[in-house]
Amino acid sequence: MTESQSESPSEPESTPSRRALIGWGGAGLALGAAAAGGAVAMTRTGDDIAPTAAEAGAAVDFHGAHQAGIATPVQDRLHFAAFDVTTDDRAAFVRMLKDWTLAARRMTAGAAVGEGAYGGLAEAPPDDTGEALGLKPSRLTLTIGFGPSLFEKFDLADRRPEALVDLPQFAGDNLDRNRSGGDLCVQACADDPQVAVHAIRNLARIGFGKVVIKWSQLGFGKTSSTTPDAQTPRNLMGFKDGTRNIAGTETGRLKKFVWVDEKDGPGWMTGGSYLVARRIRMHIETWDRTSLQEQEDIFGRDKGEGAPVGKAKERDEPFLKAMLPDAHVRLAHPESNHGATILRRGYSFTDGTDGLGRLDAGLFFLAYQRDVREGFIRIQRNLALDSLNEYIQHVGSAVFAVPPGVRDQDDWWGSTLFSGEA
Amino acid sequence: MRPSRLTAITATAAVAALTALTGCTEKSSGGSGDRVIDVTATDSKCEVSKKEFPAGHVELAIENKGSKVTEVYILFPDDRIVTERENIGPGTKQKVTAEVKAGDYTIACKPGMKGDGIRQAVKATGGGTVAKRDPRLDAAVAAYRKYAQQQADETLPKTQVFADAVKDGDIEAAKKAYAPSRIGWERTEPVAESFGDIDPKVDVRADGLEAGQKWTGWHRLEKSLWQDKKITAEDKTLADQLITDLKDWQKRVGKAEITPTSMANGAKELLDEVATGKVTGEEERYSHTDLVDFKANVEGAEESYELLKPVAKENDPALVAELDKQFAALNALLDKYRADKTSYDFTSYDKVGDAERKELSDGVNALAEPLSKLAAAVATKSS
Repeated sequence: MTESQSESPSEPESTPSRRALIGWGGAGLALGAAAAGGAVAMTRTGDDIAPTAAEAGAAVDFHGAHQAGIATPVQDRLHFAAFDVTTDDRAAFVRMLKDWTLAARRMTAGAAVGEGAYGGLAEAPPDDTGEALGLKPSRLTLTIGFGPSLFEKFDLADRRPEALVDLPQFAGDNLDRNRSGGDLCVQACADDPQVAVHAIRNLARIGFGKVVIKWSQLGFGKTSSTTPDAQTPRNLMGFKDGTRNIAGTETGRLKKFVWVDEKDGPGWMTGGSYLVARRIRMHIETWDRTSLQEQEDIFGRDKGEGAPVGKAKERDEPFLKAMLPDAHVRLAHPESNHGATILRRGYSFTDGTDGLGRLDAGLFFLAYQRDVREGFIRIQRNLALDSLNEYIQHVGSAVFAVPPGVRDQDDWWGSTLFSGEA
Repeated sequence: MRPSRLTAITATAAVAALTALTGCTEKSSGGSGDRVIDVTATDSKCEVSKKEFPAGHVELAIENKGSKVTEVYILFPDDRIVTERENIGPGTKQKVTAEVKAGDYTIACKPGMKGDGIRQAVKATGGGTVAKRDPRLDAAVAAYRKYAQQQADETLPKTQVFADAVKDGDIEAAKKAYAPSRIGWERTEPVAESFGDIDPKVDVRADGLEAGQKWTGWHRLEKSLWQDKKITAEDKTLADQLITDLKDWQKRVGKAEITPTSMANGAKELLDEVATGKVTGEEERYSHTDLVDFKANVEGAEESYELLKPVAKENDPALVAELDKQFAALNALLDKYRADKTSYDFTSYDKVGDAERKELSDGVNALAEPLSKLAAAVATKSS
């Protein structure tokens, strides 16, 4: 494992084993979040490990200082679910979190929930729903987050992190209440969609009586990678997305922009992060009728190579002043936002049609950051003038405090919030 | 569990996983051995380890040593199915349990899952009733049978009021008598449905009709009263027919096969009825009296549960605590939709908004999920 340091890493021509697909466009955000402060050590070690692991259907370790599913190499598929709490019994809710942890630990390792999906008592329903039998772990990660509204319950008001702010209304927002918010969330990512759906389904079942699903979202085709792949994924607008996203191996940038530091407070969030989820509808029919020149002007990159305006290669450093003042990349870039940098992990979605003969499609934007005020909010406010806004609309929104990782077999999701000192 | 994924499992999980695998065949220990019959199925044979066993709880430990997927049945002399297990793959083991009374039975293996199968005549010996069951469970079954009979007995006069109003051509009186006439049926629906021929005559909806089936029963009359707003000569005939069919139910209800586990799962089925029919407003799409059915379904489930509770509480106190809590919560939620707690006069379901419907649906799920575990808490232990 060597680290080759360079400002514009050469691209390996190998491993197109990953579908370079439609990813999510940072529709709200940020194609080219270049490293703040210029030169960054880009660790290339993750490059071909990810595809190999994916091909092997390997398991991702559930335990660690941080939750898996954030800096983890981005998997191909997503099932994201937001839940509302229906019980006022704190002990019952904590018990459910522990039950969820047990189930998550088993499922991420590729095992079935509880006593399995068959072979038990004939008169009783099996513990596990069964549709993942025989499937590989598929790099399943399960990541939990706690929404602002959770802190209005269970006497948690004084434990709500300052950085977990309610998102303000942004220009152009058209939010559907039924696709927004939630007391808690679970992000399930896997290379096999059936494995991701199985995980959410079984957690929902364990949750009945304590929590109910408020809304959920399926996603495909990662739009931002955390592995500087040979192939940068493309969003549904056809543009490469996440060229300069934070890589899972960039320990320095992760520490600076993603993980909550001990001195940030509150103590229970140390090693955690904050997640912003936005369902961004793309008006793809009108986008597809837009001239190539306009499309490239809007993004500030060319469509084929993904090179910034006036540059030749995708990974060339963007020269912002060469772009139009309202170009998406220019407005989303850290240099335009006091260095604000977020880790993007979005997915494309296509949820049938909208009754008007148009695809209900777009980007399910997911971004992790150390402080929502310094990250998403700062960037999204700057995107008010984004020329891309003519083709997108934010229709769902949620924000969550993502606690630190589950340390070991005895630890559980949310233990620092529910049992630690403030 | 996923054996092919064992490699990825941690040591602890692997142990648990293996236990789950071997758990498919229970150890025949401590005097329960005579209740376990080993069934060895191949593509041409169906061997049983014993041809006589005591009546009561019986367990088939099945191993498919053949090359085809097979099914194993226990059949009554008239080929009515006592219990069955399908899709037993080559080289796999499965177990199936049943409560059988003394008498003659057939064990049949069906390699390739077709035909009459390879058959073995077996005999359950002993007294005329299920042996060695917890007497409290016997009492629960007896009490529930009585309850089911009582519901049928009380339904007839109430439905007669409804039928008479239809025959008098009195739309308003018929509308008033409609929902109350259905309560007893809705409370004991799983028992009523166990006679496969009655339910399609009295409780079928337009979308449930089979090709060529004549639409009869409550919902056909519901449509006349609320949607067509007129009573035809045909409707008057249908009213008489409804009474005839319900008398058939009343006569047969006492013969229904009822066991503690069928009571428990019947309770869960009543909640399923609510979840798929009432919450959506599909059941009473013309009259919008869905909440009356809803309440009756919950009452029937609660009756089963209360009768099984003493035994369930010993085996799974946490489950009983959860069920008590969720029954109370759902009943409290339903009470929001009636002014008088002693009447069945509920809010018309077309006045119940989407958010309220979701709240009702969430309440049903919160109760039905633990209710699905009640059977396991009253199943006769074989070890």
